[in-house]
Amino acid sequence: MIRRQRLAAGLGALLAALAAGLAFPAGAVADETTAMAPKVDLVIDVSGSMRAKDIDGQSRMAAAKQAFNEVLDATPEEVQLGIRTLGANYPGDDRKTGCKDTAQLYPVGPLNRTEAKTAVATLTPTGWTPIGPALLKAADDLQGGEGSKRIVLISDGEDTCAPLDPCEVAREIAAKGIGLTIDTLGLVPNAKMRAQLSCIAEATGGTYTSVEHTDELTDRVNQLVDRAADPVVVPVATEGAAECAKAPTLKSGLYTDREEFGQERWYRVDVKPGQELRAAVSVAADRAVSPDYGVLLRAVTVHDREIVRGEAAGTGRTDVISTGLRYPKADSDDENAPAETVCLQVTHSFAAAAGVKATPGLPLELTVDVVDGPSDASDVASFGLGRGWWLLGALIVAGFLAGLVWGWLSRWRVAVWRTN
Amino acid sequence: MRITRVLSVALFALGLAAGPAAADSSPSASPSGDGGAPTEAGTSFRTATEIEQGQTATASGSAGDYLYWSFPADTGQRPTVKATVKLPEDHSGSEKWQVDVYDGLRRRQACQYGAQTRTAARGASSVELSCTLRTVRSWSEPWADDPLPGTYYIRLTVVGLAQSDLGLPVGAEVRVDSKDIGGSAAVDGSLAKPLVPGIAVTSAGEDDDKPGSAVLSAIDPDDGWSSGWWTDRWVWTGIGGVLAALAGIGGYALTRGSGRPSRVPPGA
Repeated sequence: MIRRQRLAAGLGALLAALAAGLAFPAGAVADETTAMAPKVDLVIDVSGSMRAKDIDGQSRMAAAKQAFNEVLDATPEEVQLGIRTLGANYPGDDRKTGCKDTAQLYPVGPLNRTEAKTAVATLTPTGWTPIGPALLKAADDLQGGEGSKRIVLISDGEDTCAPLDPCEVAREIAAKGIGLTIDTLGLVPNAKMRAQLSCIAEATGGTYTSVEHTDELTDRVNQLVDRAADPVVVPVATEGAAECAKAPTLKSGLYTDREEFGQERWYRVDVKPGQELRAAVSVAADRAVSPDYGVLLRAVTVHDREIVRGEAAGTGRTDVISTGLRYPKADSDDENAPAETVCLQVTHSFAAAAGVKATPGLPLELTVDVVDGPSDASDVASFGLGRGWWLLGALIVAGFLAGLVWGWLSRWRVAVWRTN
Repeated sequence: MRITRVLSVALFALGLAAGPAAADSSPSASPSGDGGAPTEAGTSFRTATEIEQGQTATASGSAGDYLYWSFPADTGQRPTVKATVKLPEDHSGSEKWQVDVYDGLRRRQACQYGAQTRTAARGASSVELSCTLRTVRSWSEPWADDPLPGTYYIRLTVVGLAQSDLGLPVGAEVRVDSKDIGGSAAVDGSLAKPLVPGIAVTSAGEDDDKPGSAVLSAIDPDDGWSSGWWTDRWVWTGIGGVLAALAGIGGYALTRGSGRPSRVPPGA
């Protein structure tokens, strides 16, 4: 069966091109390269333990340096790259001073490969492992601009600066709403460190990787830097209300919000008659949560009547739980019919695991599209057409019977005419 | 635009009416070469890597990553998602992998057949997953979650693993093929726009060629979305009509008999 009408599509495109030829002149394209430039901050652990010689026979530091050199060579032109160190300068025993030891080795900006490489060459394993403070500073390094932001943390040990939990630091950074992702790499990891680094990654929607060979490190960091260079839609931060009356009105687009455990979030969307509302929501599990969870998205009228709902439930390890709904508003004869305000209610049933902080709320992503309404079905089958052998049989029988009746009728008419 | 589409389809249907025999020989997905197949995967719905049907996409990641791809599926297709995960040689415990498919509204889509979740025993070097969706319909009621034409998301992840295996390098390979179900699944009604996220934004700003401006999903099948006007039900119904007419003539001829009616007196 030919479903695709190449010819039809061609004809349609031709007609459309003719029709639209003058309607849409090419718009002036603003130069947004600097504001939209993706930013990456590589945060490298230069603590004393990096001296250990257990990566391909060389020290962890040497492996990291080699990887950095290759990464700096391969960094895409548009990426603004910076390097920050932790534990590079203070060799002493004073915990307080040691835990403030983080410095910017190379500022985030257009990359000068030679300068960056020279800076990396000076590194020698020295001090403590203040991951939390380093992340905070790295987030500051990346402030400003509209592009995607990424921190790549390379460490070989867990944070030595309790009580500041780097995992919570990461969650707070993410909650600031600057669209930042933290990816972590653990060099020759142990169980505790693996848990901590993967917790940091999870908190921001990043990834965690264990590294045991130099080439793995190079490949992964390269991959992460390239990922930062991919253009991504940046969601608009919004804040849903606790009830529909106070909810923000959203237009088509992508939005983010935060929703605490047990909280309701309400948004409003205006839908004109003949339009269709499409809404999709996903709530991310950015911390340890109980293994059974769900999300509910309801479209409700201002008078609290439910129109349609989307619901999803899941179990086990997950990054997000998501659902969506469609609401086509019937066309109206009245051309000036007002748009209907549809209230969207989002609730989730994640439960925080024991000992996990409940604030800030879980990250929520909401996609809203208001498009033309569908042409509704008037029959189950396409255009009410039939198909199959039963249809053919029925038509043949019906046609045959009709022919017979017609024949007899005309014979009877002829006979009547003759007798008269 | 809609009118031109309808017009062009009508023209095409007219041209096609002459040759219904051709109507049963269309391959489901165009077998495009793997030359430009993606070698990366996204890590969220927003960053999902777009692939075509019939393309084998590869990606490298770490155990524990959530890998996302997206592909277009059109009316009448029944997509099958196949994923292969190559595990590191030294993984210390069993790993349970799962592939999930979501539609353009991020609703999880059920798998009719296929091992969606599979556990790789200790020492296994790879695990193969598969998920066959329901047939994509051109329209469904808003209260149903039937598959509709648009973007589909694949999420591949490990759902259970030993803590010591977290973060080890893994390789993944996904491929989507679809079977053309044809007229038996042709339902009435159609969406104004396919279920592609962000389509209201992309179609509002007509200058979508703006460099550097990202869109939520730029997915588009090789030869465009089907208009939903053509189904082989036209052929069946048309042939049925012709056969009915022939049967009607046959029935009529039967009542006439051969030659003159016997009751008519000779010489009348």
